[in-house]
Amino acid sequence: MNLNDLSIMSLYSAMAVYALAFIAFAIDLAKRSAAVDAAGQAAGAPVSGEASGAASGAAGSGGSTLTLNRLSTRINNDAVTPYSHSASLRVGMSLTVLAAALHLFATLTRGIAADRVPWANMYEFAMTGTLLIVAVYLIVLIRVDLRFLGTFVTGLVLVLLGVAAVSFYVEVAPLPPALQSAWLVIHVFVASLGTGFFALGFALSFVQLLQFRRESLVADTRPVRLRFLATLPSSATLENLAYRVNIIGFILWTFTLMAGSVWAEQAWGRYWGWDTKEVWTFIIWVIYAGYIHARATRGWRGSRSAWLSIVGFAAVMFNFGIVNVFFKGLHAYSGL
Amino acid sequence: MQPRLGFVGWLRFLWRQLTSMRTALFLLLLLAIAAVPGSLVPQRSSDPNGVTQYFADNPDLAPVLDNIQAFDVYSSAWFSAIYLLLFVSLIGCVIPRTKHHLIALRATPPATPARLARLAGFTTRTAPAGTDAGAAITTARTLLKSSGYRVALYDKAGSTSVSAERGYLRETGNLVFHFALVGILVVVGFGGGFGFAGQRVLVEGQTFVNTLLAYDSFNPGRFFDDSTLDPYTLTLDDFAVEYEAENLNAIGQPVDFTAGVTVTPRGEEPEAGEVKVNGPLRTGGTDIFLLGNGYAPSITVTSPDGSDVFSDSVPFLPQDANLTSLGVVKVPDGLAEQVGMIGFFYPTQETAQSGAFFSSYPDLVYPMLTLNVYTGDLGLDEGVPTSVYSLLIDDMTQLTGGDTGVQTLELRPGETLDLPNGLGTVTFNNADEAATADDLSNSVPRFASFDIHHDPTQAWVLTFAILILLGLLTGLLVPRRRIWVKAVAQADGSLSLEYAGLARGEDPALEAAVTALADRHLAALPSIGAGAAGADAAKPVHPADSTLEQT
Ligand code: HEM
Repeated sequence: MNLNDLSIMSLYSAMAVYALAFIAFAIDLAKRSAAVDAAGQAAGAPVSGEASGAASGAAGSGGSTLTLNRLSTRINNDAVTPYSHSASLRVGMSLTVLAAALHLFATLTRGIAADRVPWANMYEFAMTGTLLIVAVYLIVLIRVDLRFLGTFVTGLVLVLLGVAAVSFYVEVAPLPPALQSAWLVIHVFVASLGTGFFALGFALSFVQLLQFRRESLVADTRPVRLRFLATLPSSATLENLAYRVNIIGFILWTFTLMAGSVWAEQAWGRYWGWDTKEVWTFIIWVIYAGYIHARATRGWRGSRSAWLSIVGFAAVMFNFGIVNVFFKGLHAYSGL
Repeated sequence: MQPRLGFVGWLRFLWRQLTSMRTALFLLLLLAIAAVPGSLVPQRSSDPNGVTQYFADNPDLAPVLDNIQAFDVYSSAWFSAIYLLLFVSLIGCVIPRTKHHLIALRATPPATPARLARLAGFTTRTAPAGTDAGAAITTARTLLKSSGYRVALYDKAGSTSVSAERGYLRETGNLVFHFALVGILVVVGFGGGFGFAGQRVLVEGQTFVNTLLAYDSFNPGRFFDDSTLDPYTLTLDDFAVEYEAENLNAIGQPVDFTAGVTVTPRGEEPEAGEVKVNGPLRTGGTDIFLLGNGYAPSITVTSPDGSDVFSDSVPFLPQDANLTSLGVVKVPDGLAEQVGMIGFFYPTQETAQSGAFFSSYPDLVYPMLTLNVYTGDLGLDEGVPTSVYSLLIDDMTQLTGGDTGVQTLELRPGETLDLPNGLGTVTFNNADEAATADDLSNSVPRFASFDIHHDPTQAWVLTFAILILLGLLTGLLVPRRRIWVKAVAQADGSLSLEYAGLARGEDPALEAAVTALADRHLAALPSIGAGAAGADAAKPVHPADSTLEQT
């Protein structure tokens, strides 16, 4: 068995473990819902349990700047129904770490087999990019408890790896002269790292929207379907978290764009030429600039800015999955 | 009604609208949307052949799209309008903010609020017994100052306090960022006019002098002056290629292209250099890039009386990854008729089952040149420029290949064949005099195509780009915050110290910073009283985070 076979085997194992982690996280979400029901019963009528949530939820999304500023300083879990322990959550986390280790091993062996950085075609972009998504998630976890995003992160990584393994797989090949540059190492790596942060920002914004909906429903004393949301931070906290993650992604993306220009100048003699890939990198940059502005614009905080974060990440995925493969341009490196 | 005032009022209203955050956001999002079509439809600037093809494929749709500048999106009126408006909005927005900021930079921090308890991170401590209020606040002031805060002392009945603010760099960074964006736009908008871009194909052994006429194509900027060209010479000594030969999954994939060149700046000694795909050569105020390469078979045509009427290395344009290449030979004079030849070159020729030739490997393993001969008017005399890479055969007679019944000429390096109709002979020269029959790896010269650029604004663009990045880092990551420390004499004679902060912009670490300050401050206060009192004092009196008080 050569190194590349080992890499493939390790990657498939990682996928299997991610799948198990996904299941564990999903069970955890179900348990959260059960815990919310139990808390509601303990408080007497289910409605009253939610009513206290309504108070804090309404305050969180009330739009008063003072309140938001103060909340922004508290990024710890400010859930309505405190919830910390579940065996399946711990299992999910352990499995995610194990899968990430296998994933890392797969990526490293691929790089060693190819005798270069393992990000030079779609298959490898996907492999390294998803590894960075998981890595960013695990590192952010040290600072903030985002374990509730486990289903999202493992699910996303699983889907992307699945597509990569089935549709993007190519054998190890040497780097074409156009890619033989230190900028490949820097530019692509930073882009993938930025993508990791944007992915997390997307997930947080998505949950923020769900949470905001829950808060409005509760405020109207209407029933909530996704009951586990009561164990997650308030929409205002989620919004601030998403912002923090997205601005780091944005800084990395700005650097990606600039490093790409420097590289383009070296390779093609011009730093900017509106090549399709350049166009989409620019579009993504502008969307996130809009997102940052939205957060400072009256009437655009909250759900509207969350939508921009979601659109931004959709554009990142489009740039990776569609532009690389189907659009014509100078960046013909998909390897397909 | 006063129409003049109304007009000015109206202008002012418009200006305020244009420079509002809401408009900026709208224009940003519009810019993102407007950039999309340019990725869906080929653009003249980056893909001119794609545009031609699009017109051929969509004869009805293309002119309509062309009318709305869909093939020139990024220089179109509508795209320009959006970004120009955005930048006007930006300038209108940033100038007043700069004024504000300059004032803020000189201002003293504002007076301490009466009730700190309403603010972020509010916490209180009891000072060690016997601490003087003034001394405690002076200590806090020193602490804050050494952490980079601007400080001011305030005295009020019953309380002394210090008000501190830091993070002006945040706004500075933000302003630098926005100004640098304007800088990039200006430099790119005007700077492009001072440069040029030219292309030149060189066969191994050929030399190019950096003058206007020596370029195959030349695109000067609006303000470019030809006389500023520095006439250095550039010789392509050899062009080395390396193809993957071992990895079975990537046989024939290029691994390295290196153009070995000699550059002679005017009045200086020649210097050896290298141009690679990611490694341009910078000389004489220009940047020389390696854009493409291929084979340039050396071909000689001889008239029946034995004199050479044509002898040159002709660049053939690669058609596929294994470098099946297509080229044209034009012999206008010296033969009975004008002769044109369309040739295919196969570096490693093989024959498909259909009988057609193809190349199975990009390097020179088993090279072959095939030529089809045409006679008639080459169209060179009308003074209309014609491409050296194409032959207009409409007015010519085909003598070999196709339906003529005469076999296409097939030559290996070193071979000579007769042209039809006794026109003369054609030779495919072997460029490697020492070549043996089983090593033809140097039998055909290669050519390299170079892009030669001059762009005097590049350094400026890079400078502004770096400012953008630095502006972003500080504008987004430096926290701007106010912190207050207040000493309040209690009824029982003890001294209570209050701490609180206010975030100005995103500042998740504010509460931790307030708590840390309180702890450091207390540690810095000399504890005059008994040890027991000191230990007691170190405990917070109130819980640091009381939700009731916060909401
Ligand atoms: C070319 C268009 C623009 C781009 C790409 C852009 C981008 C950005 C970015 C990336 C930031 C966050 C970085 C930082 O704070 O240093 C920002 C902040 C800001 N921009 Fe712009 N901007 C543009 C135009 C404008 C315009 C026209 C205005 C005014 C109407 C404006 C007002 C602001 C303000 C007030 C902030 C601070 C927001 C905050 O503190 O959260 N920008 N802009």
